[in-house]
Amino acid sequence: MYYNKYIMERFQYPTNAGGMHGANAIGEVVKESCNELTRLYLKINDNNVIENAKFKTFGCCASIVSADVTCDLVKGKTIEEALQITNQDVLKIMGELPDRKAYCSVMAEETIRSAIDDYYKKKEKEAKKALKEASDVE
Amino acid sequence: MDRKIYLDNASTTYVSQEVLNEMMPCFNVLYGNAGSIHSFGRTAMSIVDKARDRVREGINAQKPTEIYFTSGGTEADNLAIIGVAHAYKEKGKHIITSQIEHHAVLNACKELEKEGYEVTYLPVDKSGLVSLPSLLHSIRKDTILISIMSVNNEVGTIQNIKSIAKIAHDYGIIFHTDAVQAIGQVKIDVQDMEIDLLSMSAHKIHGPKGVGTLYVKSGIKFEPMTYGGNQERNMRSGTENVPGIAGLGKAVELATKNYIITNRKLKMIRDYFLEKVAEKIEYYQINGHQFQKSNAIVNISFYGVEGEALLMLLDLAGICVSTGSACTSKSLQPSHVLEAMQIPSDIAQGSIRFSFGTNISKSDVDYVVDELAKAIAKLRAISPIQAGRI
Repeated sequence: MYYNKYIMERFQYPTNAGGMHGANAIGEVVKESCNELTRLYLKINDNNVIENAKFKTFGCCASIVSADVTCDLVKGKTIEEALQITNQDVLKIMGELPDRKAYCSVMAEETIRSAIDDYYKKKEKEAKKALKEASDVE
Repeated sequence: MDRKIYLDNASTTYVSQEVLNEMMPCFNVLYGNAGSIHSFGRTAMSIVDKARDRVREGINAQKPTEIYFTSGGTEADNLAIIGVAHAYKEKGKHIITSQIEHHAVLNACKELEKEGYEVTYLPVDKSGLVSLPSLLHSIRKDTILISIMSVNNEVGTIQNIKSIAKIAHDYGIIFHTDAVQAIGQVKIDVQDMEIDLLSMSAHKIHGPKGVGTLYVKSGIKFEPMTYGGNQERNMRSGTENVPGIAGLGKAVELATKNYIITNRKLKMIRDYFLEKVAEKIEYYQINGHQFQKSNAIVNISFYGVEGEALLMLLDLAGICVSTGSACTSKSLQPSHVLEAMQIPSDIAQGSIRFSFGTNISKSDVDYVVDELAKAIAKLRAISPIQAGRI
């Protein structure tokens, strides 16, 4: 078998697929070499805990399942904890990938960083805006 | 889900019963070595000769001695290109081929480049056709060989072989064509089309794997790549694969004899398939030439969907196809053919090749298109790329 049973099962029925309304952190990673695109949507609450995670992927089975597993992994974690997740954690759940497919799990790891980056950028923007508004009032 | 529908006939085909019947006795009854001079050997040789004559007739070659049996299409292509290049190296070291050739041709050319030969890889237009002006432009004084495939294996575009051969001969250049996908799809007449060398493979036309043949017009020199017992008139040493050769002979005979009926059937299947796809699926493009193309191959890019994921979903429904997606290739590069046709990589990524056989029924097509529509809808729902916006 090209992919293992777990991957095939999860590829058909991904639990976290789709977009998310009210996501406050969106990460996007493009794999130039093979033209794959994964987008990760996170909802992070005020305590810096990731409440919900969803993904959209234009890519192969391995990319879809990696992204789906990543969503499971980040849910309920704080930002600091989520940043500790590596592709090895993703691979541990997915089991063996065919040769030359390991990069798909690396891509999933990168989306977490990209999403959290986006979250901080948005925070910074908000803070600046609040500061500006405050100074305008004065 | 027990239903299995095989739509990958451009990869390989099943061995037909007629071909099997031809091969079976060669394994355990008529098992002689065609090189032996006793009765067993002579019988084996007569089987090989019969197959050679069938191939000759199939492509309208002048003499049976112009047919050389090989281990497949790849060896035939290698032998043609490297063999001719070595034999004519005094005359020149320039070869012209196209960017959409099979790797058996491209990689043979790459090897020759290492030996100091120069190779021009002609570009193709958006439909996959080699342009004749660009061919004329690239001809040099030291050009010894032009090799252009007859029918492309990924998109099915049929090249203007006769015109290309004429151009080659106007300049005294040898012309080779890889006709692996062409036999049984288009009429091949090596004398009328002025072809000097032509490669074929058995397993694409309901013959066995591991056997192919190279036609070399008498008078054209080429150097062998195998050295041994001087079989195939010294050009391809190695004990004749008698069962394989018998099967190939029969397969070529059937494919060339029935090609009009086969094509009519395939055209009906293809037209019905495309009609159904148009009815059920939105946002796609058909790759390849609109008219000048094989009836057996349909290559479609579905926007916003990745080919490997689509292939796997279809496979789960029992439907076998292939894709030009980078994710399935060893190099993680998208199809070189679609790339040469200037198809953007995200569209090439969603390409699926359906290659039909005559055993596909109307209800099979209905089932395939239904499953295809379902799979595409499923993948588009989770794709960040909106199909309608491409």
